[in-house]
Amino acid sequence: MTMEADTDLVVSAPAATVSEAVRTPWTEFWRKFRKQKVALIAGAFVALLVLIAIAAPWIVPYDAENFFDYDRLNAPPSLRHWFGVDALGRDIFSRILMGARISLAAGFVSVAAGALIGTLLGLVAGYYEGWWDRTIMRICDVLFAFPGILLAIGIVAILGGGMTNVVVAVAVFSVPTFARLVRGNTLALKHLTFIEAARSIGASDWTIIARHIFPGTISAVVVYFSLRIGTSIITAASLSFLGMGAQPPTPEWGAMLDAARSDMLTAPHEAIFPALAIFFTVLAFNLLGDGLRDALDPKIERR
Amino acid sequence: MLQYIVKRLLGVLPTLLIVALFVFLFVHLLPGDPARLAAGVDATPETVELVRKDLGLDKPLPQQFVRFLSGVIHWDFGTSLRTKRPVAQEIGDRFMPTFWLTVWSMVWSVIIGMAIGIVSAVFRNRSPDRIGMTLAVSGISFPAFAFGMVLMQIFSVQLGWLPTVGADTWKHYILPSLTLGAAVAAIMARFTRSSFVDILGEDYIRTARAKGLDETHVVIKHGMRNALIPVVTMMGLQFGFLLGGSIVVEKVFNWPGLGRLLVDAVDMRDYKVIQALVLLFSLEFILINLIVDVLYGIINPTIRYR
Repeated sequence: MTMEADTDLVVSAPAATVSEAVRTPWTEFWRKFRKQKVALIAGAFVALLVLIAIAAPWIVPYDAENFFDYDRLNAPPSLRHWFGVDALGRDIFSRILMGARISLAAGFVSVAAGALIGTLLGLVAGYYEGWWDRTIMRICDVLFAFPGILLAIGIVAILGGGMTNVVVAVAVFSVPTFARLVRGNTLALKHLTFIEAARSIGASDWTIIARHIFPGTISAVVVYFSLRIGTSIITAASLSFLGMGAQPPTPEWGAMLDAARSDMLTAPHEAIFPALAIFFTVLAFNLLGDGLRDALDPKIERR
Repeated sequence: MLQYIVKRLLGVLPTLLIVALFVFLFVHLLPGDPARLAAGVDATPETVELVRKDLGLDKPLPQQFVRFLSGVIHWDFGTSLRTKRPVAQEIGDRFMPTFWLTVWSMVWSVIIGMAIGIVSAVFRNRSPDRIGMTLAVSGISFPAFAFGMVLMQIFSVQLGWLPTVGADTWKHYILPSLTLGAAVAAIMARFTRSSFVDILGEDYIRTARAKGLDETHVVIKHGMRNALIPVVTMMGLQFGFLLGGSIVVEKVFNWPGLGRLLVDAVDMRDYKVIQALVLLFSLEFILINLIVDVLYGIINPTIRYR
């Protein structure tokens, strides 16, 4: 985070001029990013989560959906069941691990789709302006006119419940964010001299957009990407909590919390573990996003 | 100024119209026949036809849209399929609890959020900043529904200080508004901090300090007014977040508000209610952003109205 940046920058600034002869954007990024301990830890945690999500089916101690320990209904955490047992006798630890797969996939796929479409629209709107710009931005305005989760609920109401539709819904509301962001960057970049130079040697519009403008927008997109994944995971979990997303017996974290509501008094562990799972996952993505922003935003350096 | 407000108001009209069109088309995007949906599962084909005529679903789409619009203008959203009561009446009953819930959440979260943000900016990179920003990043990472469950468990169930569900007295408002406002307070804190950090680095702040003003004066009088400009814009956006968040929080606290009405309506496929609520929520959001735009003009005199 920014807090670390100040003191460290002073130390490294003189050395940089001598030793680092070649400064690609990558080395520059890495030089700043690796100083942010919090973001590094968050990044490592995200990597661990991804590994868990991929390996979940092979590392879970019990089957997350079809194993029922009838002798230990609502049992608190123990050596046999690390996170305890839920009301139907299922192992909560196994369900949390499998849930990581669902939440990460939902967060990643929805934001990736939203970022892809949004970036394309933003590039087109910013580069061509005129009619394209007005139409695309008007659509974004309309999408923005629906407060966050409401749009997702509307889409789920049309398409029906289930995780796939939740992913579609979350993707749709990520589109305008990325479109606006990229459009702004494109507008700022397109009047610069190197774009003019590219055009004067006869580069086509698409070459200019893909080779010269798009790279200039990447850093902003990457930062938003990480921050958006956190938001999307919460939104997807919220929809499942409302009963519109993942349906039982799917071990989705939000759905698990909803199911735990009736047993809050006697078995709070059924709510605590999925809540913590969502919290740490989203926290990691947010801290990673903060770190990426501090490393990629040139404005930060002067602070 | 007045001219500016009128101009912004007119600028909102096309967006409103498109939103209304979306909401109108929504019914036709639903899988299945809306007339059959309205008539019920075991209605005879004749009844379905009658209902279709009655709801005007046999007319061409543009004509239906005009009818829908004139209904909306007259505050007539049709009849709820579930309760058979007018949708406007259903909404009227539920409006105030949600309204007050969002207002209270907004009030405390803006005050607390901005206070944390200002303190963090003033004590940048020192412990108050670290504590404040740790709280803030935790706030945006903890899902509202989980936070609400935790609060309810501690203060209502374990300690017994506050009621669990319902919206009868002011005590009922404490936990839901805390739950709903937490994320907004966190976002406001982060945003206020970065806005203040920018401002406190400006030359005129150095001038103010150089002429011997005490720090409180510098921060409150010189910093505040300029740092607040982007913060006010952020506030408007957050209101949308609150409106959306209320849907989730109302389920946790079994709140008799619009959010729960919407969730129930989606469950029961009560499309008349869904339509009206989606329209109402968006309308509210658009109006609030309009108000924010006007406020923005008032606190930022460098904006000239054409």
